[in-house]
Amino acid sequence: MKEFMTGNHAVAQAVKLCRTPLIAAYPITPQTPIYEKLSEWEATGVLKGIMMRTESEHSAMASCIAASLTGVRTFTATSSQGLALMHEMLHFAAGCRTPVVMANVNRIIAAPWGFWADHLDSLSQRDTGWIQFYCENGQEAMDSVIQAYKISEQVYLPAMVNLEAFLVSHFMEPVEIPDQDAVDHFLPPLDLPHKFDVEKPGFLMTVVSSELYRKYRHMAQVSMDSVKDVAVRVDREFKDVFGRGYGIVEPIAMEDAEVVIVTAGSITSTARLAIRSLREQGHSVGLLKIRLFRPFPNEALQQVLAGKKKIAVIDRNNSMGSGGIFCQELKAALVHSEDRPYIYNYIAGVGGTDVNPEVIQRIALDAMERSEPMDQPMWIMEE
Amino acid sequence: MVFQEQQPNFLRTGHAACAGCGLAAGMKLVFQAMGHKTIAVIVPSCEGSIGGVYPNTAYGVPTFHSAFEIAAPTAAGIANALKIQGKDEIQVVAFAGDGGTYDIGLAALSGVTKNNDDIIYVCLDNEAYMNTGIQVSSATPSYAWTGTTPEGNPRRKKNIMEIMAAHYNPYSATATIGFPRDLQQKIVKAKSIRGTKFIHLLVPCPTGWRTPSDLAPELSILAVETNVFPLYEVEDGRRYTLNHEPRSLPVQEYLLKQGRFKHLNEEQIRQVQMDVDEEWERLKQRAGRFASRK
Repeated sequence: MKEFMTGNHAVAQAVKLCRTPLIAAYPITPQTPIYEKLSEWEATGVLKGIMMRTESEHSAMASCIAASLTGVRTFTATSSQGLALMHEMLHFAAGCRTPVVMANVNRIIAAPWGFWADHLDSLSQRDTGWIQFYCENGQEAMDSVIQAYKISEQVYLPAMVNLEAFLVSHFMEPVEIPDQDAVDHFLPPLDLPHKFDVEKPGFLMTVVSSELYRKYRHMAQVSMDSVKDVAVRVDREFKDVFGRGYGIVEPIAMEDAEVVIVTAGSITSTARLAIRSLREQGHSVGLLKIRLFRPFPNEALQQVLAGKKKIAVIDRNNSMGSGGIFCQELKAALVHSEDRPYIYNYIAGVGGTDVNPEVIQRIALDAMERSEPMDQPMWIMEE
Repeated sequence: MVFQEQQPNFLRTGHAACAGCGLAAGMKLVFQAMGHKTIAVIVPSCEGSIGGVYPNTAYGVPTFHSAFEIAAPTAAGIANALKIQGKDEIQVVAFAGDGGTYDIGLAALSGVTKNNDDIIYVCLDNEAYMNTGIQVSSATPSYAWTGTTPEGNPRRKKNIMEIMAAHYNPYSATATIGFPRDLQQKIVKAKSIRGTKFIHLLVPCPTGWRTPSDLAPELSILAVETNVFPLYEVEDGRRYTLNHEPRSLPVQEYLLKQGRFKHLNEEQIRQVQMDVDEEWERLKQRAGRFASRK
């Protein structure tokens, strides 16, 4: 069944379809419609469970972790400052190996204040041990939440589904809502091997030795590495059932591409149009969308970028003192590439500024004309 | 009646508390009254340290060492998950120190109490950050020496019971280890009430209060008998009940046994006595107003 809805409501629908019984949340623009919709469904009994209306995002995450350790599926949604406030608990969720799933609506981090799309909020959390997906539209956000539960509950690591402020969160599109029965079959009820049990008392998160800390961190890393395969498998299973799949990366018109544009999130949709025009003009430009950011899909990227000589990474974020974060990660993934590609970094869309097809075309042509490598990121500063 | 002290002890031997620790005695009494169908939450504090280092632990019920400022929402998350699972017979108790309650955890505790989530929250109040050494918290009494108030604490102790009462939560009570039966009866009562229950448990700390290690029970009793720490309950934020008629001894009897107050001059002791008298009169008025409903 198709319905016209925002990205936020698509996320809320996914949470309902996953029968998540415990949600803890706190309002923040532009995530609040997720919280409101789920609260409405909880109040009217459409969603069977408990909505914890907490006094902060930090407490919301604390409650999700604790409930998850007790054995129930949990969800929260946040954005920007709220995600930053949660930071301590993001590390904690991963360290506790809880399959908490969260939607983060990517919004600029203050100061100065603003509400618009920017990926820096979630990218700043890249070292916290969360699986991270970046979604292009409401449909993908909905499907990614369902997939995120299935992945997280196999690897015991939390997952964050990112959708950009307004461009995805508030943009209305037709969204295909999967059948409840099919989702129930795809995502069985949560059954964790370990949870609080008064008949088998244990002390969780005791102080450990240095060696044990290192051991647990390593175990989590091994699990995180496995996500690359698990995510591909879950996406394939999802496609078999629901007819839609995304991959962990998506190569578009790459075969003969002299320049490959790399994007994440909603800029990808615009880039799909831009490369069509570029190809009509006779330029061999390809597009590569990165959907899974943590773990970073090094092997998949090395494979799809094999033989490519020029790569232009568009980053809707900037790590001060370094540059675009997707570009940093991609450069690291390709550092041993025999192709020695020139990787150019374009900072575009920061602060929610518009990245229209013309901007993307200019980026492609700029990369095409360059004959020397360039270490410094280039800022797109159109008014 | 089955006396709670005859129930199994879920703070087992081998814990790592200092000699004569009032907090360990308090936790033991609470655990006994809770019984085995309990899940406990602790946070960074002396509870975190005394529980033991992996693979050993003194805690005999499922216990989760959560982060500092979130004892309440952690416990509430567990309690709500148990509710979803239909496990109504299991109760959740959160232990946090005075720093974790009065200071860094106050907003989180307030949020949970506002929602009336079904937990028992025990503030183990030893009146300073004792686990990190001895640093002032907003539970530290006037003039007390701490490592960060070397000239004595210039501010009065925050009134946490009034802050809780302002939430109209179903049950809050003060208790201390020198009155173990009173403490355990309050825990048993809290278990019978649904919603957020708050126990303000004064636990003398020989290390931080600069006293001999055998004084915690005596100081606990003196705190009550000097009116420094009256034993009372507040129900629904309105009904106050005094649980013990104190002897109203002069505050010196309590203060001068402790190294942290040894530098107090007469004027400061007089000021403490005035503050205690004022609080006690106010409390009596509140309790008296509802005396007939006892």
